[in-house]
Amino acid sequence: MIAISLKVNGQRHDVPDVEPRMLLSDLLRDRLGLTGTHVGCEHGVCGACTILVNGDSVRSCLMLAVQVDGADILTVEGLGSPEDLNVLQSQFREHHGLQCGYCTPGMLMTGEDMLRKYPLATDEDIREGLSGNLCRCTGYQNIVAAIRSAAALRSERKS
Amino acid sequence: MKPAKFDYIAPSTVDLAIEALVASNGEGKVLAGGQSLLPLLNFRMARPSILVDLNRIEGLSYIEDREDRIAIGALTRHRDLEHSPLVAARLPVMSAAMRHVAHLAIRNRGTIGGSLSHADPAAELPMLAMFYDASIAVRGPKGLRTIAAEDFFVDALTNCLEPDEIVVEVEFPVLDHDGWAFEEVARRFGDFALASIALSVRRTETKLEGARIAVMGVADTPLRLREAEQELVALPLDAQLPERFSEIVASKVSPNDDLHASGEYRTHLLKQLSKRALRTALEAGERTA
Repeated sequence: MIAISLKVNGQRHDVPDVEPRMLLSDLLRDRLGLTGTHVGCEHGVCGACTILVNGDSVRSCLMLAVQVDGADILTVEGLGSPEDLNVLQSQFREHHGLQCGYCTPGMLMTGEDMLRKYPLATDEDIREGLSGNLCRCTGYQNIVAAIRSAAALRSERKS
Repeated sequence: MKPAKFDYIAPSTVDLAIEALVASNGEGKVLAGGQSLLPLLNFRMARPSILVDLNRIEGLSYIEDREDRIAIGALTRHRDLEHSPLVAARLPVMSAAMRHVAHLAIRNRGTIGGSLSHADPAAELPMLAMFYDASIAVRGPKGLRTIAAEDFFVDALTNCLEPDEIVVEVEFPVLDHDGWAFEEVARRFGDFALASIALSVRRTETKLEGARIAVMGVADTPLRLREAEQELVALPLDAQLPERFSEIVASKVSPNDDLHASGEYRTHLLKQLSKRALRTALEAGERTA
């Protein structure tokens, strides 16, 4: 067992007894009770478990919990609350960017990484960025529209 | 879908990592970005006794200009290569290929040392190592050795690394070329290639003076097509050249049928991509010639 300490959504957690084989996704869901991060395929194909580790989007099923000792993590719970959605979340609602909701946490976290780091000048850029996240309901059109709209709102605010 | 039990160590130096690998008697595994290893662990296709995590070692992530070569530290993430102005300026074929390497979240974690060590025959970095004639610096209990990319890849998912050796650096020669192209087809953008070609040419206004060709997705390792390079340069530089070139490339490969595509289809793709790649490389060359 290994002791780790990490920050998740601004809050510090000390976990004294992590088994080396525990996946980061399981740490978040089973130990910290943050079930907003969804687990789909558990081998890095579907993107549902995407979170931000030190500001970079990663698949939490492809990292071990012991690897994030000292890390700063953002999960979907840290984006906003039902009463106070962040810009990207509100645009997903506005544009019907979700249906069953299973892929949504991963879509939001990937979208958040894209919005923070990349210019997203074209829909092609958005689609390329989303290519690692699978959705079986929406056909992606409304997800792309939601991110496009969030990107536009972002640049309005900056100017 | 949970890994079998293993021990875990995150040493602070390469020497300590090698010590841990030696102590594991060949049962240990190196963890770099983990983007290929973690799926293997989750499926329990790999059951190492211990994981030696390199991510706490300082100084293994860098892109360094050494004039006629660019040196890349083993722990350099795909994303750093994708966005590096130095790579864009000096290794343009690599720069163009990087956006085809898996997806955003995978590029944020995956490393060049990990990709070469995993040796997937349809992954871009092993193919780029072959294309550029990269030299791969490896450290083990006996010290440092440097392996040419062409000697490094042995078979699908197999290279000549000993179980207690770690890739520490990869050096890519800067190429002298007038035009180049990188083409790939995958089932979904970012997936492993069904077929791909990297190509560069040196030319005058009237003839080709040199060519370099590497392909992947069509054999158990990425291939450098040296015979095809010579045959291409010997041909007249005319309107029929892309077509004739594509036939030469297709004649050099014989991919097997598998779950993702028939061998015939992969050959067909490679032929079309070859044509497209040569046209692109020649057009770029015309502008500079």
